[in-house]
Amino acid sequence: MITIKNLHASINGKEILKGLDLTVNAGEVHAIMGPNGAGKSTLASVLAGREDYEITEGSVDFDGTDLLDMDTEDRAREGLFLAFQYPVEIPGVSNINFLRTAINEIREYKGEEAMSAKEFMATVREKSALVELDPKLASRSVNEGFSGGEKKRNEIFQMAMLEPKLSILDETDSGLDIDALRIVANGVNTLKGDDNASIVITHYQRLLDYIVPDFVHVLYDGKIVKSGPKELALELEEKGYDWIKEEMTL
Amino acid sequence: MANYTENELAKDLEDQEYKFGFTSDIDADTIPKGLSEDVIRLISHKKEEPEWLLEYRLNAYRIWQEMIEPEWGHVHYTKPDFQDIAYYSAPNQTKKYESWDDVDPEMKETMAKLGISLEEQKRLTGVAVDFVMDSVSVATSFKAKLAELGIIFCSFSEAVQDHPELVRANMGTVVPHTDNFYAALNSAVFTDGSFCYIPKGVRCPMELSTYFRINQGGTGQFERTLVVADEGSYVSYLEGCTAPQRDENQLHAAVVELIAKDNAEIKYSTVQNWYPGDKNGVGGIFNFVTKRGICGTNSKISWTQVETGSAVTWKYPSCILKGDHSVGEFYSVAVTNNYQQADTGTKMIHLGKGTKSTIISKGISAGKSQNSYRGLVQIHKNAQNARNFSQCDSLLMTDECGAHTFPYIECKNSSAKIEHEATTSKIGEDQIFYCLQRGISEEKAIGLIVNGYCKEVLNQLPMEFAVEAQKLLTISLEGSVG
Amino acid sequence: MLEGLTPTTILLDEKELNSAQDTLAKNQLPTTRMEAWKYTRVAKLGKTNYTSSEETVVSMDAYRIAADATTFVFVNGHFSEELSSDEIPAGVSISPLSACMEGEIASTNLVLEGEIFNALNTAFLTDGILIDIEAKATVEKPVQIIHVLKGEATLSNFKTIINAGDFSKAGVIQGFFAEDADKAFANVTSEISVGTNAFLTIDKIQYEAENTSHISTEQVSQENDSTFTINTITLNGGLVRNNLNIEVIGENCETNLNGAYLLKGKQHVDNHSVVDHKVPNCNSNELYKGVIDDKGTAVFNGKVFVRPDAQKINAFQSNGNVLMTDDASVNSKPELEIYADDVKCSHGSTTGQLDEEAVFYLRARGLSEKSARKLMVSAFIGDVLDKIENEDVLNFTHGLLKDRFGWDFE
Repeated sequence: MITIKNLHASINGKEILKGLDLTVNAGEVHAIMGPNGAGKSTLASVLAGREDYEITEGSVDFDGTDLLDMDTEDRAREGLFLAFQYPVEIPGVSNINFLRTAINEIREYKGEEAMSAKEFMATVREKSALVELDPKLASRSVNEGFSGGEKKRNEIFQMAMLEPKLSILDETDSGLDIDALRIVANGVNTLKGDDNASIVITHYQRLLDYIVPDFVHVLYDGKIVKSGPKELALELEEKGYDWIKEEMTL
Repeated sequence: MANYTENELAKDLEDQEYKFGFTSDIDADTIPKGLSEDVIRLISHKKEEPEWLLEYRLNAYRIWQEMIEPEWGHVHYTKPDFQDIAYYSAPNQTKKYESWDDVDPEMKETMAKLGISLEEQKRLTGVAVDFVMDSVSVATSFKAKLAELGIIFCSFSEAVQDHPELVRANMGTVVPHTDNFYAALNSAVFTDGSFCYIPKGVRCPMELSTYFRINQGGTGQFERTLVVADEGSYVSYLEGCTAPQRDENQLHAAVVELIAKDNAEIKYSTVQNWYPGDKNGVGGIFNFVTKRGICGTNSKISWTQVETGSAVTWKYPSCILKGDHSVGEFYSVAVTNNYQQADTGTKMIHLGKGTKSTIISKGISAGKSQNSYRGLVQIHKNAQNARNFSQCDSLLMTDECGAHTFPYIECKNSSAKIEHEATTSKIGEDQIFYCLQRGISEEKAIGLIVNGYCKEVLNQLPMEFAVEAQKLLTISLEGSVG
Repeated sequence: MLEGLTPTTILLDEKELNSAQDTLAKNQLPTTRMEAWKYTRVAKLGKTNYTSSEETVVSMDAYRIAADATTFVFVNGHFSEELSSDEIPAGVSISPLSACMEGEIASTNLVLEGEIFNALNTAFLTDGILIDIEAKATVEKPVQIIHVLKGEATLSNFKTIINAGDFSKAGVIQGFFAEDADKAFANVTSEISVGTNAFLTIDKIQYEAENTSHISTEQVSQENDSTFTINTITLNGGLVRNNLNIEVIGENCETNLNGAYLLKGKQHVDNHSVVDHKVPNCNSNELYKGVIDDKGTAVFNGKVFVRPDAQKINAFQSNGNVLMTDDASVNSKPELEIYADDVKCSHGSTTGQLDEEAVFYLRARGLSEKSARKLMVSAFIGDVLDKIENEDVLNFTHGLLKDRFGWDFE
């Protein structure tokens, strides 16, 4: 699905990613953990195509195409979805109008027919139930006046609507209480399939009780320094990130 | 608004050139350029006006000659040469049109390009249109239906002939001919416009609409609109403006007077997309307009405007809240791009007790344009418990444009409560990135964000106008992200 | 108005003097037709025949704002040596302008062309003070300038020059008072330059009389990384006009303008300010609040310019007014003029009366109506007074509020 090789990225001249390698296959869930400042969110931003970052070295292959060569919107249209850590508010633009625009632009890109209003509304009803999103929120402005939990659920709702190939969840669990966490995780698990994949970026092991990863990677100082099965997350939780730091300096 | 799909928007986006930039080739009966008492007498004579109206014009002209062209606006332009303007131009016509079938086919085509084919409008929306082409009203529809209710909706010239007492009693009572430089000029040389009277207790069943269009090269347009809503009546009035592309600057100095008697309500909506000049700031309309309404007890006047056109705009639709508990509203979106300059806002004059006003102004500046909000909230001594809320937001699209706010707040009554808020910010890069990440193109993302930003104002417009306004916003900001 | 005056003897720059005389010859007093003077009438100043008389005051008790300060006293603009401190702390040099040699008073950035009050001040300058704060000096003791108007139809043209050296830190207190003054007029200019990374705070108290006039212009320029704060407290004076012109010419500066004005009788107080952001990455905060009683009129005109390329500017401006009677009035005009795009600017203006619900609430808790109102006013104006860091200035202000308005805020 995605193959990241020796990725180096910097912002304002400061190198954040220092040779990151990662391969994710269809049907897999990968968790990326790491201490603050390790480069977790940078990885998400670079893959989504935020222009603030400069790629100095490396390559990213996304289903046979060069991801780094594409504009942000084309990456999205090719099926890359980022659930934002801080979903932005867009006053006056309704969630519905926003999503419909997105879906139809993606369809147009793929040379498909636009989705009919009827089909669209039916899908909205179905998918919003999945994350227990109050249907009223669908007609409100994008994220405006949403609580923290509602914003995160709205991200998963959009993910469900857009049916991406690869989803990157950037700290989607942060700021969620246990009920909201369960709802979000349930949404992600339901959407899991053989032809899609997820990268779950998190600081805490807690989320991984609900979204069980196939692989856990530890990101430290811009590189993946340790990979393993889901048990690695528990070990991290128990021993803390200092353990990794110590291991690194040895 | 919901009927307007994004695909339609995309289609409109493809239309890069100024959409309405074409010229109708119709013989016009034009008085030679220049202004003098003789020209005014000639205009008045051609229009077969009564003596009092000629006197009114001449008075205004004499006062205008003593006046100095104002310079306080935050705009810079070459002042028009008032002797280089033709003050009268009427499409050649041998007889009044009996029906739309009789109308000059070319004129019909003009209207089709404007998207206001009357047949279509009749069928779809039930809007009565008083189409003004170059100063003289050529057709009025739905008259019969309106007449049943006693509503008068006709060209200003017709009103002068058919309802002289109504015109004489109300004209100049809100905007006197001494009011300001351009109002005085208009009072002297106005050629035509619209007149509307809603009798006591009548609720006008349809939106009344006029489309103005400046057509003849070098013809100044001096429209005059007078809307009188008698006690307890209601009317919603739409004014739309498009003008063909021209290289020379054209002056537009209109006067609009609204009179809302006790318990009456007037809703006046404008979409203005006159030619703004080209990318280099050449050409475009000078839009120097005086719009004002006066409110009786418990009455309400609501101005809504979406301004995307004109090279230089200078207009302040205002409310004189004379009657106790009267309400004034002003909702405005002003977009400037390239070298456009706009100095626009409102005046809310609180005279009566318990009067309320709301001002929502959204400015969007792009290119190298300058966009200013200038507003006055004045609470007079006897305006007990007056309330005002103003919100003026500016959105900047590039680093070469300017956004300015000049609110004047004058309060002489301690029980008044006035709140003014203003913000200036850049279009959010985070918002654009969020849209891009969902697969939405940058142009469309900006369209979405801008329309969202203006929503409070667009929601005030009648639906068919809102759609047009939405398209206009997107078209006028095309390729403007800095 | 000028017949009884003699041209200045202060050794000012020749060019400045010529420019001032030129302006006086070509201009009349401003009228309300001029945008900058739309709400303030100054015609009566032109009808008064002023003189510049030397007077003395017997006791400084009522005027000494800070007990422990380096104090310089001027009466009708004339330097009073016997009332002034003779010791000047390290790190600062202070001198009356009348004692300055030729060339010592540096050429000014005060706008003279078309500015008639600045020109009047220059051409007929009575005296003034020059304060040089050395680079890297931290001056603990504030410098206190006390100016007293005394006598009938006297005109004081007074000037303060402050040069805050790089990396210096200092506080200046200005107090303007009146004693047995009738139709007296203080026409004051200040030229202030704040050096790189310097911190300068000015606390200005205006407490003249109900029939005196006061027009002042502060021309300030700020270099890189500097912080300039001015707190203007206006409590008495018949006609008061303050022009604050701040040019931010260095990056990463902070500018704080705070003002409180409490008016009664027929006082007219007009605060005009211009903060001109010419370079990127600066913050400016402006907070002005006023309480207008009786037949008072307050004017606020705050203007923020953000010049092209002055990106990343945060400018905040707020003006609040409370009208205590139906004869009180206020004209507020907070303006933003913005030519850069990556900025965050906002302004707000509120005008109203005290929240009657809150007054009722307090009365329901047993407060008298009078104390309820006092409490509300104190809370309202307190936002501004909280910005004053100098305890002496704050205490003195509270004393004046008590004397003049009977309002005990402490």
